[in-house]
Amino acid sequence: MTTLSPINPPVTQGNQIPRKRLYGILAEFHDPAALMAAADKVRMAGFRWWDCHTPFPVHGLDKAMGIKRTILPVLVFGAGLTGTTIGFCLQAFTNAASFSIWALVWVTGYPFLISGKPLISMPAFIPVMFELTILLSALSAVGIMFLFNGLPRWNHPLLSNKRFLRVTDDRFFIVIESRDPRFFASRTEQFLKDLGAKAVEMVEA
Amino acid sequence: MSSLPVNRQTALPGFQETDNTAENPGVRAPLVLNMDRFGQVTRQVCQVAESKKPPFAWYVAFTVSLGLVGLLGFCVNYLIFTGVGVWGLNNPVMWAFDITNFVFWVGIGHAGTLISAILFLFRQKWRTGINRFAEAMTIFAVICAGLFPGIHVGRVWLAYWLFPIPNQMDMWPQFRSPLLWDVFAVSTYFTVSFVFWFVGMVPDLATLRDRAKGRIQQFAYGLFALGWRGSNRHWHRYEVAYLLLAALSTPLVLSVHSVVSFDFAVSQVPGWHTTIFPPYFVAGAIFSGFAMVVTLAVPARQLFGLKDLITLRHLDNMNKIILVTGCMVGYAYSMEFFIAWYSGAMYERFAFVNRAFGQYWWAYWIMVSCNVITPQLFWFKSIRTSIPIMFALCLVVNIGMWFERFVIIVTSLANDFLPTSWDFFTPTWVDMGTMMGAFGLFGTLFLLFCRYLPMIAMAEVKATMPQANPHWSGYEAHDDHGHAGGSAKPSFASPDALRSPGSGPDGGPPAL
Repeated sequence: MTTLSPINPPVTQGNQIPRKRLYGILAEFHDPAALMAAADKVRMAGFRWWDCHTPFPVHGLDKAMGIKRTILPVLVFGAGLTGTTIGFCLQAFTNAASFSIWALVWVTGYPFLISGKPLISMPAFIPVMFELTILLSALSAVGIMFLFNGLPRWNHPLLSNKRFLRVTDDRFFIVIESRDPRFFASRTEQFLKDLGAKAVEMVEA
Repeated sequence: MSSLPVNRQTALPGFQETDNTAENPGVRAPLVLNMDRFGQVTRQVCQVAESKKPPFAWYVAFTVSLGLVGLLGFCVNYLIFTGVGVWGLNNPVMWAFDITNFVFWVGIGHAGTLISAILFLFRQKWRTGINRFAEAMTIFAVICAGLFPGIHVGRVWLAYWLFPIPNQMDMWPQFRSPLLWDVFAVSTYFTVSFVFWFVGMVPDLATLRDRAKGRIQQFAYGLFALGWRGSNRHWHRYEVAYLLLAALSTPLVLSVHSVVSFDFAVSQVPGWHTTIFPPYFVAGAIFSGFAMVVTLAVPARQLFGLKDLITLRHLDNMNKIILVTGCMVGYAYSMEFFIAWYSGAMYERFAFVNRAFGQYWWAYWIMVSCNVITPQLFWFKSIRTSIPIMFALCLVVNIGMWFERFVIIVTSLANDFLPTSWDFFTPTWVDMGTMMGAFGLFGTLFLLFCRYLPMIAMAEVKATMPQANPHWSGYEAHDDHGHAGGSAKPSFASPDALRSPGSGPDGGPPAL
């Protein structure tokens, strides 16, 4: 276990490499109930830059942490509407327009006259409009989710921590980051210990 | 009656099944057997990917599949270099094995999406044991499906004409054709299914990354795990995105086979031109897909020791769905006949009489006996919970559903309006080789998936365990610590305390 303390740094001698910065403090729990209770208290204590890390989504933890519902669905709805519009414009232009537009290259529409049907035959255009709506919504749902989550991010202080390896297995963690205004290494460490953590550990930045 | 699992002994060692199919409204039936710790689930799923060598049967199956892929490669190349005349097609039967295989494989895919999306929306927790490999099955089936329209166009090098790509001829696809809708439906279906599968797998890839010992494994799993670290702020958006994907995939999956059925229903060929096709095709797709899931699940759980996660209850539930959709398919068959008679359209009436008693009568009766009669055995619980019988029945359903597509496509074309142009389709060895080869491609991809990727959605399975409920405190009884907050229930005291973070100058992570 690394024991880091920015409060009482060890006396550096000569050109010894100074200690690394502190990312935060990690507290380990063994079951969701303990984590929930602790998360509730961390939120009550007024911390802002903190997070829970779990192997699976724990029901009710969002509420215990006070996480506001994401605006993702609104953006996905917008993406869906964009897909519908693209679907319509694509078909109306390529199958009904008789003019040219510049879309990276100059392209010209071609009015298809099929058995006297209207050039813009809406019922026939619906399947493609529908598919493009779904395609853009689904891709944006995933893309925006990862974007907001700051992923992919292959290096992160927590990913270098040995104890944290079990977060994807069977351990539950609370991490309070050092950038939180209420963070004070020794006091926060004690606070997490008092919450009933099985282990409390400093994480290097 | 208690719903506690009962160990059922059978004659053969290694074939014992734990029966957790009993229904008791008072007790939730366990979905994870013989395990009460999350770590046990992780180990049981990861041991497949982490073991030095897969079981011997894996090598046998892989060799056979790879051999069939070779056959597929040969047949496809022979077709491309020679021409579609190497198939048994004739005029009027211009679609036969190619489109039969296409519709068959697209249909197989539908069960995966049904499990991952529709059962998710219905909060069916048992889906978690089977959704990952059913989704994988979807993707591989759609790959096999996509192959056939690609090669049946004749001039394969012009397949890009299917897409609206600007070209020097100023030529565009004709968007009023169901065949073009199909291009969009199937490619969207593949993309969305792939994304759904991958997003679901990210947390489990992170598990494999964190457990990996070798550098290559750490790098490969780490790359695709995207740096997932189980943050609850991430889980929150992840769950919303997953719900959205499920909600989007549900109409998508229903649309895909509907659009596939439009390829036929929008035409005027007797036997194809019916309004019942979209729902009938979707029911058939789910029917065949579930049969394929059972066909794959039975050997996989046996071979890789996953009986505690893919339990008898999962198989029982799937067999019930096969029974329901089998009845729907049977209803559709009889309704087609009724409408052929009731409509008074003589060509339609002839098409159906010809289907059952014409030159392809044997194909029709194979279809009916495999799809309508055989699944009725699933009314009996003893059959639904017998591993060898369900495996055999599901193989029969797979065969029957292949024949369904063959019957619809070939019998309608072979005997159309003009008796002078009637003909009989006989498959050539290239037809047979391509069909077998597609099964080989499917098998190869599936075996590679089983070997190297998390076959069961670990994170989702763990979340369905009773231990995952924050109000469950069973470990406390035998844990010797006395911590302050551990067993205390969370208090959601004042609404003020629930105010969201992200406000103020340094008010925490942005709430998006």
